[in-house]
Amino acid sequence: MLNVFKGKPKYMTVRPQGEPQRKEFPDNLWTRCDACGKMIFTKELEKTGFLCASCGHHFRISAIKRIAMLTEPGDFQAFPPLVAADPIGFPGYAEKIKVAQEQTGLDDAALIGKAKIQGSLCILGVIDFSFIGGSMGSVVGEQLVRGFETALKEELPVVIFSGGGGGARMHEGIFSLMQMAKTAQAVGKHSRAGLLFISVLTHPTMGGVYASFASLGDIILAEPCALVGFAGPRIVEETTRQKLPAGFQTAEYALQHGMIDAIVPRSHMLDYVGRLLAWHR
Amino acid sequence: MQAFEWEKPVLELEARINELKQFVHSEEMDFSAEIKTLERKASRLRKEIYENLTPFQRVTMARHPKRPTTLDYISLLFDEFVEFHGDRSFRDDQAIVGGVALFEGQPVTVIGPQKGRDTKDNIARNFGLPHPEGYRKALRLMKQAEKFGRPIVTLIDVVGAYPGIEAEERGQGLVIAQCIEEMSFLRTPILSIITGEGGSGGALAIGIGDRILMLENAWYSVISPEMCATILWRDSSRAAEAAELLRLTPTDLLKFGIIDDVITEPLGGAHRDHANTGMQIRSFMRRYLATIMKVPLDTLVEERLARFRRIGEFHEKSLAEL
Repeated sequence: MLNVFKGKPKYMTVRPQGEPQRKEFPDNLWTRCDACGKMIFTKELEKTGFLCASCGHHFRISAIKRIAMLTEPGDFQAFPPLVAADPIGFPGYAEKIKVAQEQTGLDDAALIGKAKIQGSLCILGVIDFSFIGGSMGSVVGEQLVRGFETALKEELPVVIFSGGGGGARMHEGIFSLMQMAKTAQAVGKHSRAGLLFISVLTHPTMGGVYASFASLGDIILAEPCALVGFAGPRIVEETTRQKLPAGFQTAEYALQHGMIDAIVPRSHMLDYVGRLLAWHR
Repeated sequence: MQAFEWEKPVLELEARINELKQFVHSEEMDFSAEIKTLERKASRLRKEIYENLTPFQRVTMARHPKRPTTLDYISLLFDEFVEFHGDRSFRDDQAIVGGVALFEGQPVTVIGPQKGRDTKDNIARNFGLPHPEGYRKALRLMKQAEKFGRPIVTLIDVVGAYPGIEAEERGQGLVIAQCIEEMSFLRTPILSIITGEGGSGGALAIGIGDRILMLENAWYSVISPEMCATILWRDSSRAAEAAELLRLTPTDLLKFGIIDDVITEPLGGAHRDHANTGMQIRSFMRRYLATIMKVPLDTLVEERLARFRRIGEFHEKSLAEL
């Protein structure tokens, strides 16, 4: 008898818009998939690179896990850490930084350094959503710029994985906005020297991060279902009073509208980026 | 003219003085001593009120419906102007205007977001909220300026880039990034003047100047006070408090080294006296354009990049802490 279920194509599940993201991996044996709700053995999840085995959902991962997926142990050398100041004296900001540092073990939202990816030397940067939404303040801006400057000096390609919620870090006011200019200019100098920048958009890359360096890659990739765009979906909905089209601002939507080069599932990311780096050596 | 609650004492006093003058005129009586006293009082009151505006009062001044729009400024500041349209790709976005203008004999490229002057105009201009094609037009005109060695003047008054479905589909974020990047390397002098609202990326996209000036009652911030209040307290009506926190006034931004100078407005705001506001901006333009037009292009671009490179506050983590 014909088994109708056999060979049934597996569709990627698009997260419903505006649904709050559950916190990354609680410290227990089982993890519920954000997209399909299935329970997954946490150890299994770690083995698959935090992909849901049944629906293919890409869990948000920390910068450290991301780097571990892309480099061999010892092949990533982080730049000296910087710590946020409180340039406009925003109430509660200093405390927020301290809490985020304690929770994530990071100094700020970006982890950037010199790396070897499948034998190619490069500057690798990863923005971690769990640190104040992966927002770009003075520290993230400066770290990125130093990354591009080092790459320029040593003639290296740059690979950045962006995943910043709102983009700008409101608590740093105008200083946060100016990081858009600063990082875009660093990309510009690096690019004008004929060097390669691969920008990988992970969930979510929005606002000031998307509207600066992340959009300026020679090659722009995205993970499946990642939210990418300028204005947040809720703002768009409230401003236009229009129903948002299905899949609005997902990576698939961005691809369809010509904004990115390709969607690369996490399981293929290392080989994909590794190959691009090798071809540009 | 729309009056703010906080300036009513001044306006009432001014009205009384006018009334008295009318009365004197018609009745041929001498009240000159009384008028003089009242005028002194009014002048004191004006100073007291307008020189101590709260940040949010400045924000509301920047949004005053009678405040000059970009096209008003263009006619106030330049002797001649021809407008150029379109991004050569999709359409002409009327929320950004641009073209070539004569400034005291010198051709310059002038670009700026344009708010509507009435409801019909506002609809055509999408309330001054540009789409990607508006920024593409701006970029096209800026590159044209570079090609012909014309200085660029950007007049900035925009709440933000339009957060719309089509705007997102046509790459709002992408085009802002491109504007910022390309403007940074343009080999021609750029003078940016924030005339009203400087709303986040939509303002920065045309704000990479060699000199950045700001009118006294303008604001420039990473986020509008309303949006900031919504994020902090889920209550946009607390915008006045948020405006205090964001440090978005010209005084703050001058102190931070983000802008180079503050252009004083006539007492009570630009909307009260367009002509004098124009004269005041003209004198700043004359001075600053002359300065940047003297700088060799290599140095100019280098200094422009260095200016933004420096911006940011952080601590190097000492080895002891590692």
